[in-house]
Formats: sequence, structure tokens, C-alpha cells
Amino acid sequence: MPDAIIKVENLSKSYLIGHRRQESYAALRDVLSDGVRCFGRRLLHPLQSASQAAFNMGVEEFWALKDLNFEIKAGDRIGIIGRNGAGKSTLLKILSRITAPTSGRVTLKGRGASLLEVGTGFHPELTGRENIFLNGAILGMTRVEIKSKFDEIVAFAEVERFLDTPVKRYSSGMYVRLAFAVAAHLEPEILIVDEVLAVGDVQFQRKCLGKMEEVGREGRTVLFVSHNMSVVSTLCEKGILLDAGRVVAAESISVVVDRYAKQLIDCSSSKYIGEESEPGEPHITIAMVLDASGSPTQTVMSGDRVRFFMSVENMRRGLSLNFSIYNMGGFKIINFNTINVSPFDEISANGEFVCEVDELLLSEGSYRVAVALVEGGIIIQHVDTALIFDVCAAPLHGRQIVNANFGTNVIMHHRWSVPGCQME
Amino acid sequence: MRGVKRSAAESEAFVLVIEAGQTERHYWKDLWRYRELFYFLAWRDILVRYKQTAIGIAWAVLRPLLTMVVFTVIFGRLAGLPSEGGAPYPIMVFAAMLPWQFFANALGESSASLVGNANLISKVYFPRLIVPASSVMTSFVDFMISGVLLGVLMLWYGFAPGWQLLTLPIFVGIAFAAAIGFGLWLTALNVKYRDFRYVVPFIVQFGLYVSPVGFSSSIVPQKWRLIYSLNPMVGVIDGFRWAVIGGDAQIYWPGFFLSLGVVGVGLLWGVYYFRKTERTFADLI
Repeated sequence: MPDAIIKVENLSKSYLIGHRRQESYAALRDVLSDGVRCFGRRLLHPLQSASQAAFNMGVEEFWALKDLNFEIKAGDRIGIIGRNGAGKSTLLKILSRITAPTSGRVTLKGRGASLLEVGTGFHPELTGRENIFLNGAILGMTRVEIKSKFDEIVAFAEVERFLDTPVKRYSSGMYVRLAFAVAAHLEPEILIVDEVLAVGDVQFQRKCLGKMEEVGREGRTVLFVSHNMSVVSTLCEKGILLDAGRVVAAESISVVVDRYAKQLIDCSSSKYIGEESEPGEPHITIAMVLDASGSPTQTVMSGDRVRFFMSVENMRRGLSLNFSIYNMGGFKIINFNTINVSPFDEISANGEFVCEVDELLLSEGSYRVAVALVEGGIIIQHVDTALIFDVCAAPLHGRQIVNANFGTNVIMHHRWSVPGCQME
Repeated sequence: MRGVKRSAAESEAFVLVIEAGQTERHYWKDLWRYRELFYFLAWRDILVRYKQTAIGIAWAVLRPLLTMVVFTVIFGRLAGLPSEGGAPYPIMVFAAMLPWQFFANALGESSASLVGNANLISKVYFPRLIVPASSVMTSFVDFMISGVLLGVLMLWYGFAPGWQLLTLPIFVGIAFAAAIGFGLWLTALNVKYRDFRYVVPFIVQFGLYVSPVGFSSSIVPQKWRLIYSLNPMVGVIDGFRWAVIGGDAQIYWPGFFLSLGVVGVGLLWGVYYFRKTERTFADLI
């Protein structure tokens, strides 16, 4: 039995959150705002030592991680899952030494490399070749190492022809491929990866997954954060479920994924109510599923008439709203977007959106709705888990859907026929 | 299998403990391990700087040249201040422009460097010291360009330096120490208090007038000279002049060593302060 390669003891991390949201807290805000939104009331403690001063400054203490204890054995592939703000990113940042813990201790018995973002340090003015060296050095490779792997990296990224072109002229796909290719050729004992596979086209994603599996097979320890449960399930053997900065479960991946799905359902409600954000800034205030009669509901039938209602405060021109429906495996099934307008659409300017679906062609199961506000290609707000709703099996035009549609999510109108008989 | 063996062998040698409130034991070793990153970041800054702006090099040439002309006219001609050691006034000014512009640019570059590389700081670990230190290298390239200019200027005036020129690297080293020491300190402050960036140009502008750039420090009354040397750049500039002009140029040694002391304290303090605040950078940026 191999020894623990990572040992985490009583690890905690707190942040001071400024409510006035100064510029200098911009990045922190991104990391924490979701966490605050979901667990704020339970977790915010007044600053003990100087509560009055803190109150005046609008500063509060927020525990992103609280008393974490776990061990990871060498060669394990661990999926870290949990809702937004559960502390996953903070944990990765501490393990990769980007930020220091507030208390507690971590022992790493091996060199680690972390990949928290694809293409960290890429410079748009530099060529592909130059960026490979720069990015490699940033990720901790030596020049000799990069040189010896250079051809492999270029081949993996499929950018041979554009090596001497500045990466600002690359398509976003090429950019991501090159960035991942550099990272994929790191050879640390511990590889820490944050949701970076959510980028690139499907074919390349598959290639990346293959590479990650290979890394795991070579006996390296991999820590992997993702919202995509099917990816986590295939890539990892064990999982750690975080909630509100604590370890809820640390077991085999299938058990942990099940716990997570259950947790999502438990915390769900039929109505999402957004919290205050910066004054004047657009934000989603309400999201809910309405049944045929127009009242909020959490359970609908396959084939039901359903309306998705969303309300946005401080709506302005150029802002688009979209929402996606995911299955509980984290797989995105469908996206509804106000950008894709048809002549039959009516979109009000006052920020109240109703999306009418005459027949909900989803099979039995639980579904998650994520809502996002986008302006000029930039995400203004993204609510990962706005709603969870259940679909109950119901006959669709007389067709009985059995066995929860054999694990599939989408139903389509169709008709079986006998060859030669359609002509009648 | 190869990977497993290697990790087993190396993991015996490598154990890292991350603990709250404890400065890392591996820091200086890490700094050495990441020396190539230092080189790559400096290389990137230089490459981008001279790639992006066609006038990049022209700028490095024009700035000291024009400043030199203005200072020569104002201090040398209009105010009629004396030069040093029989050197033409422009050479005396230019010998001071070299370290001063290096110092001023380095302060500016390094104090903005961490904020400018915020994406790196929040996504990857490496000794943060590398970022401001490598940004100083860009200023050093400008410094080298100015150095060539000084050579041209000396040829133009037919001015031959003395043996003291050989000591120039020592003073370049001191200029480096001064730039990095105060640069680190300003960098750390700039991360913590973002509005500090408005203070840096003021320090630089103010420093230009209180440092003996446009004039010789020999015009400072003798009784004030020691106090004047509390300005670390006084020692650096005097040293440069002494090395470049040679001949009869005198250096005020007590003042020089005082300046050197201030530079040393500044460097130690800068590193200490930077190290102390470094761990919170990722949270602040």
C-alpha cells in the first residue's frame, strides 16, 4: 500500500470580504461571490477582534474552507466536486501554493504542478513557438525539458503551420489546443487540474481526456475539479465532495457523485431569488418554472406545457439572457437564448422574460437549470444552479415511456411504421 | 511504470509542508529552481516591448538624449553651474542620466509588474520575487542602449575616460541593488494599496530634482553633503560620474558610503517587506 502523498490536516482558509467591492478585490469577488450567495447567511461571522472597525469598513470574514482533513495516496486519481463556492478552487489554490492557508497544514510528498487555467501567461504578441517556451517555464518546466518535448507539444496541438504567427491571430480553438498541449506535457508527481477541459471542441476534449487518463496510468496522482460528472466518473477512481468549505464525503467516485446529485436536489427550490449585487449592475433576481396554469412548480410531466420565467434587474440594451438545462450527470441538454430570436418571439425590454415551451420533451428525472446574462460575449452573471425541477413520466401522445427512457433525457415525436405501407 | 519509480525516488527527497503563517523553507532554493522563469519573463518583457512599438528603441535613445540637452542648457548654460573634473557638461549630465533613468524606469516597471501579471499570480505558484526582479531587466536593456549613447557622446567630444572606468560594473551593481530594493518595496505596496501607483511617478519626478542629475553634487555646500548623501541615488550617481569622467573628478567618500549603506538597508528591507506580504498577493490581486 503506497503512502499518503498528500496529507491535509485541519486546513482552513478565511477571506475578508469588502462589501464596497473595491477594485483591488475584483478577482476575489469572482471567486467568492457565488459562495457568498449560496451559503452566506450560514457562514458569515463578524470579525471577532475588531468587529466595529470591520463593520465600518464593510469587511466581513468568510470561511472558504473549514477544518479539512483527508489523505490522498500516491497514484490516486481524485475528483473534487461540489457546488460553486463549496471551496474547491480555494483548496486547489492552497495545494498549488498560490495562496496560503489561514490555519492547518498540508504535506506534499512530491512535486506538484497545477493547471488552474489554460494558457496562463500566454502573451498575444508572441508567436506560438515563443509562447510554448514562456508557458512551459511558467508551469515549472526547464528549457531543456521544453526543448525535448517541443515537437510532441506542437504535434499534439496541431499548430505546426502557425508556429511563427503571433497567438493573437490564432483562432480560439488553436489557442486552447496549444495551451493545453503545453500543460499536458508536464511531468509532475502530483497534477492539479481545475475545470480546464470545458474548453475546446469535442474532439480535442476527448484527446485531452485521453491524455489525462494516460497521466493517471503512469502512476501520477491527479486532482481534478469539474462540474461534469460524466468526465469525473470516467477519469477518477475516488472523489471528495465539498460543501460549504467542509468535506462531506471522501469515497469511491460513484458514491460521491450520487451524494452530490442528491445534495443538489435537496437544496433545490422551485424558485431562485437572486441577492443584491452592485447597484445599477444588471443581475438575475428571479427564476422559476411555471406550470400550465402559471403557478410556480417543481414537478412537471413529460410533454407538459411549461413556462420558464426569469426577471432581470437593471436590464439594458445589448444584454442577452440564456439558460441551459442539465441532467444530473452535469451534461448540458439544451440551451435557450434570447439571441436566437424568431419572428414569433416577443422580448420585453423591462427585464421580464418568459420562455414558453409547449411540450417539454424531457424524460423522467431531475434537471438543473443554469441561467446566464451575457453582454458582448462576456458573461455578466452566471447562476450555476438556479433551479432544479423534476420531470415525471407521462404518456406522450399515448406513447408510454418506460424505464425512464433507458437513461436518456430527450424524447422526440416519432412514429414506427411498416415498410411499404406509408404509400397508402 | 517508469513514472511510478521516478516519483518514489524523488518523493523521498522532496517533501513540502504548507503551513499557516510560516514562511517557506524552500524559498531561496525555489528561487534558484525558477531562475529560468526569471529569464523567460525578462525575455518576454523585452521582446514585447521592442516588438510592439517600432519606436521602442528610438524612445530609449531619445529620452535620455533630450533630457540631457535640456539639463545642459538650463544648468550648464543658463545657470552657469560648473562641470566636474574638466569634462564637458553634456557628458557629466549623461553619466548621471544613465543610473538615474535606470533607477526611475526600474521603479516604474517593477511597481506595476505584479498588478500587470495578476493572471499569473492568481493561477500559478512561483516565487513572486521573480516578477519585479525580471521587470527590472527591461530597464537594464534601456540602460545598455543609453550606455552606447554615452560612448558615442564621448567620442564626439573626444573625451577619454581614465582607469576608473573599470570600476563601473561595481556601480552598476549598486544601481541594481537600489532599483530592486526600492522597487520591491513599492511593488508590495502597490498590490496592497492600489492607489499607490499614483505615488510612484511623483517619487520619480521629485527624485530627479533632489538627485544630482542635472548638476554636480560638488555644488552642494560641504556641511550639507553628508545629509544630502542620505539620498541613495547621490552615491550611485557620484560613483558613476567618478568612474566615467575619471581624471580630476573627486568622489566624496563619506557620503558615498552613507549612500551605499542606505542602498543596503533599502535592499534588505525591500526583500523583507516583499517576503512578508508576498503570501497574501494572490488574495489581494
